Amino acid sequence: MSTLTDVREVMRRDQVWSFLKDEQPQVDVSHDVILYVEGLNLSFDGFKALNDLNLYVNDGELRCLIGANGAGKTTLMDVITGKTTPDSGTVYFGQSLNLLQHDEAAIAQLGIGRKFQKPTVFEAHSVFDNLELSLKQQKTVMPMLLARLTPTELDRIDEVLNVIGLKEQRFMQAGALSHGQKQWLEIGMLLVAEPRLLLIDEPVAGMTAQETERTAELLTSLAGERTVIVVEHDMEFVRSIARTVTVLHQGTVLAEGTMDQVQNNPDVIEVYLGEAP
Amino acid sequence: MNQLMRFSRLHGDSKVAPFVAILVLVTLLASMGNLLMPQDSVFYVSTYTITLLGKYLCYAMLALAVDVIWGYCGILSLGHGAFFALGGYAMGMYLMRQIGDRGVYGNPELPDFMVFLNWSELPWFWQGMDQFWFAMLMVLLVPGILAFVFGWLAFRSRVTGVYLSIMTQALTYALMLAFFRNEMGFGGNNGLTDFKDIVGFDLQADSTRVTLFAITALMLAVILVVSHKILQSRMGKVIVAIRDGESRARFIGYRTERFKVWLFVYSALIAGVAGALYVPQVGIINPGEFSPLNSIEMVIWVAVGGRGTLIGAIVGALLVNYAKTKFTAIMPDGWLFALGALFVFVTLYLPQGLMGLYKKMMDKRKNTTDGGSGPDDVLSAPVQSSAKGGDV
Ligand SMILES: Nc1ncnc2c1ncn2[C@@H]1O[C@H](COP(=O)(O)OP(=O)(O)O)[C@@H](O)[C@H]1O
Ligand SMILES: [Mg+2]
Repeated sequence: MSTLTDVREVMRRDQVWSFLKDEQPQVDVSHDVILYVEGLNLSFDGFKALNDLNLYVNDGELRCLIGANGAGKTTLMDVITGKTTPDSGTVYFGQSLNLLQHDEAAIAQLGIGRKFQKPTVFEAHSVFDNLELSLKQQKTVMPMLLARLTPTELDRIDEVLNVIGLKEQRFMQAGALSHGQKQWLEIGMLLVAEPRLLLIDEPVAGMTAQETERTAELLTSLAGERTVIVVEHDMEFVRSIARTVTVLHQGTVLAEGTMDQVQNNPDVIEVYLGEAP
Repeated sequence: MNQLMRFSRLHGDSKVAPFVAILVLVTLLASMGNLLMPQDSVFYVSTYTITLLGKYLCYAMLALAVDVIWGYCGILSLGHGAFFALGGYAMGMYLMRQIGDRGVYGNPELPDFMVFLNWSELPWFWQGMDQFWFAMLMVLLVPGILAFVFGWLAFRSRVTGVYLSIMTQALTYALMLAFFRNEMGFGGNNGLTDFKDIVGFDLQADSTRVTLFAITALMLAVILVVSHKILQSRMGKVIVAIRDGESRARFIGYRTERFKVWLFVYSALIAGVAGALYVPQVGIINPGEFSPLNSIEMVIWVAVGGRGTLIGAIVGALLVNYAKTKFTAIMPDGWLFALGALFVFVTLYLPQGLMGLYKKMMDKRKNTTDGGSGPDDVLSAPVQSSAKGGDV
């Protein structure tokens, strides 16, 4: 009898099979905060890379993270994206999604995109294929084997190609792009997946002044609809895009505020210029 | 314009169709040359040659298996001989059971070596192997399951590079030691041999030999086409993406270890089938097939032909094995040195193998006839530097 019920359940015509459902849980941003990082501690062989770090990022914000080399910026991104597990602390995406319980792939599927410090694209693939692989889709073996490019996907890729300015290079091998173009392609790969939160590690390293300017425009235009966290050394660049700046120092937050507030903060001045307060 | 470029991107540089056509043609001609021509005709192909060709094609299939994971996913397996040998043993067990009471001891149930060991009944793992379908199922299941378990453990723990290669080498070495033991029940040192017939056909008959050769060629063609399709699909693109940037692939949402496990299983299945086709043609399977050296040799075939091209793997296997046959006839002890020298030469001077060389020559010819740089040079030029990657 139960078999019959099972069969009926499977054959129901008023809903799709569960494996076809879009299983992605929604991010709950009812309190306007999309990322909660609380009390993070992480040490590598006794060296404290993250030290009781707290960070809250609002939905739709463009946040800049600055800090000297080794301050723990990349390590923080590693923790948020599931690459590294912290010794203690919590990381929540919205109100309810505990990121520490997910692996890299799951976190990416939840809508968190990450650009590496060193531009990383699939060099043997064309620009187009790089974007095709990055599309928001079911990223398991069987669906990928059977997937065909749909018109919607094609439109989405074209749209992103326009945004990152690589329309002419769409069939060029990614490995043959210039350094700056690779940086953009990587950003494009994040965008095409329509993420909620973008973590961008040093996007303008190695870019020309003109490319830097265009990147600044691009990142500012993304904020609002998406939340963007940018790590950058280039202070001029930070000044041109940032509304809120967080200063990291020795694995902990040293100061937070507008660029002017941060630059006049005595702690920051001390750390950066070595002046006594 | 874009549509055109897209079209050529999808259908442009595939040489699979002409290659399959050549393979089928050569197979047909060789088969007819054996069966229809009188022995004194210049078109006569001896049965010895047919069997030799069949053996080469099995090696080619094995090379294809190695290329699928090494060339496309950067997983350098130095233990693929294990999957080949397991497929071969499964076929060998079936062939042993087919001997029936025609063995030296005339025991209808037990193979000779078991009678010799004073065993009184068939071990459980020999049950069912007298059924052709069951044996063929084992040809797939045994290598497949081993590859799944091994791959699952290794890839899930994110073992890569040299460590993974060493583990695969250890796997085949351990299996070799196990199969050398008489108590394992696979004929020990001598392995399985003295086969009489396969599904009722005499293994010594010319027609059976030709049929086995033709089936091998056909299987190779089918596997080549299927592999090409898989690697062209979006899943295939993920595979290459994993080779060139595994963590990037993870951070855009792919569970890379699962892709690697399934590709590894697929590759092991191909190797198992190759082994199963090999055994009835050469007439023996023994633990020597598990030897780590064999597995290294396969990798050299692929390197010579050019990895990440499928066809290159086949060409490499055929050429190197042909050279081996010729070379060992003249200087039996020198082969390993020649092989080593070949590997060094290819690594230094032909990193893309023969296929890379062929491509370079074609590009050069195209450029001289075109009179230099056309618009499509921008598209084709960087391809030469592609298919690098790999773990080693
Ligand atoms: N896997 C690791 N093992 C040991 N030390 C590490 C590891 N990752 C980062 N660190 C150390 O943690 C500190 C913070 O590094 P990182 O987050 O990369 O700094 P940055 O702010 O420049 O991005 C550095 O001193 C670095 O050496
Ligand atoms: Mg960093």
